[in-house]
Amino acid sequence: MKPAAFDYIRADALGEVLDTLASDGGDARVIAGGQSLMAMLNMRLAKPKVLIDIMRLKEFDRIEVKAETVTIGAGVRQAALLAWPELAATLPLISLALPWTGHVQTRSRGTVCGSIAHADPSAELPLALIALEGEVHLRNRKKRRRVTAKSFFAGMMATDRADDELIEAVSFPASTAPCAFREVARRHGDFAIVACAAVATQTGVRFSVGGVADVPTARDWPRLEGSALDDALNAFAYELEARDDVHATARYRRDLVRSIGRDLVRKVLQ
Amino acid sequence: MTRLKSAARHPIRFTLNGKHVDGEAEPRLLLTDFLRQQIGATGTHVGCEHGVCGACTVTIDGSLARACLTLAVQIEGCDVRTVEGLSPAMDRLGILQTAFRRNHALQCGFCTAGILMSLDHFLRHHPSPDESEIRDVLSGHLCRCTGYTPIIEAALEAAAELASESRSEKVDA
Repeated sequence: MKPAAFDYIRADALGEVLDTLASDGGDARVIAGGQSLMAMLNMRLAKPKVLIDIMRLKEFDRIEVKAETVTIGAGVRQAALLAWPELAATLPLISLALPWTGHVQTRSRGTVCGSIAHADPSAELPLALIALEGEVHLRNRKKRRRVTAKSFFAGMMATDRADDELIEAVSFPASTAPCAFREVARRHGDFAIVACAAVATQTGVRFSVGGVADVPTARDWPRLEGSALDDALNAFAYELEARDDVHATARYRRDLVRSIGRDLVRKVLQ
Repeated sequence: MTRLKSAARHPIRFTLNGKHVDGEAEPRLLLTDFLRQQIGATGTHVGCEHGVCGACTVTIDGSLARACLTLAVQIEGCDVRTVEGLSPAMDRLGILQTAFRRNHALQCGFCTAGILMSLDHFLRHHPSPDESEIRDVLSGHLCRCTGYTPIIEAALEAAAELASESRSEKVDA
């Protein structure tokens, strides 16, 4: 497996990235840590004509907390976020979920924004973005815009990003609400068969599921208990339209959503 | 901005296990193939070529990395370390390597180069690990021979030996 030929651009300034995206658009791909994109290139599932490496742009290597919002730049590696001393206090859900993202050998290179950009339906960071109602910060040469997590994920590995846009950051509202996360995978660090997150809200609970539908999906519920909770989980499990694949049957996935969901929702509503 | 054209080979300067190396690569050349075919450093193995098996694990500027998910052009100016750099001399194994040998922590040896790199990096940063931490590191590697248990025993033994060595160094000093 070898990538198809491409020109490689080592960007030294943001303007160069945006200019190249404006001129080459769909033929160009941005590479950061490369832990998803390089595999796509090796398998020739992606065949860009131009690869733009943004990892030498120092301005992207930044985690900022402002007005109860944590903004993570496009150059921040997953290992750096995991080692950020304020993570557990400001984003406890991410401190639970991020150790499940890949392995120590891939988190050391892979970036937070790169995982969001790749939009794998079973990945933990897109699930966390949906669970916490975060935002994706996009910009092209002319303007910036922010997209909610729900609008950003358009389908399996498909997003709302236009060809000339760069993801410059993602942001999460700082949340100290009770939360819980659990994942089932063949091997720790492999892609999730089912990953679930529950976060307590003012009125009840927000329960999110990855690995089942084409995009991570959330439901907001009041304080449900007993059979009302079981019914809500069962309905949600079917609404996700699970499919059979080599890793698990649809039925097993629905069962995981129900059983993990019951545990997590009860835990955060205690 | 540096734009490296797809059809041409471009000079790459980096350090490999502490020694300066010059090479040439097309932009699409993977670091695995660059190390093995251009530089002749065949200790780094090529397994799955999509980041799953861990056989090609090296360190780049002190961080663990899959060489198959890295382009050769990305290591310009970087400090790359591979399994060839682990032994103190050509005819001597390091403490971790010796522990692998003693515990039969390898059979076919295909995965070993990557696992040694991960464990060497891990033990430098976690001098007194427990088994669950070692298992977490090993989750990034596939070994189809050993069942992992001898690898864990080797890592724990190496950690203990490295700790007693650093204690005796302190006493000597």
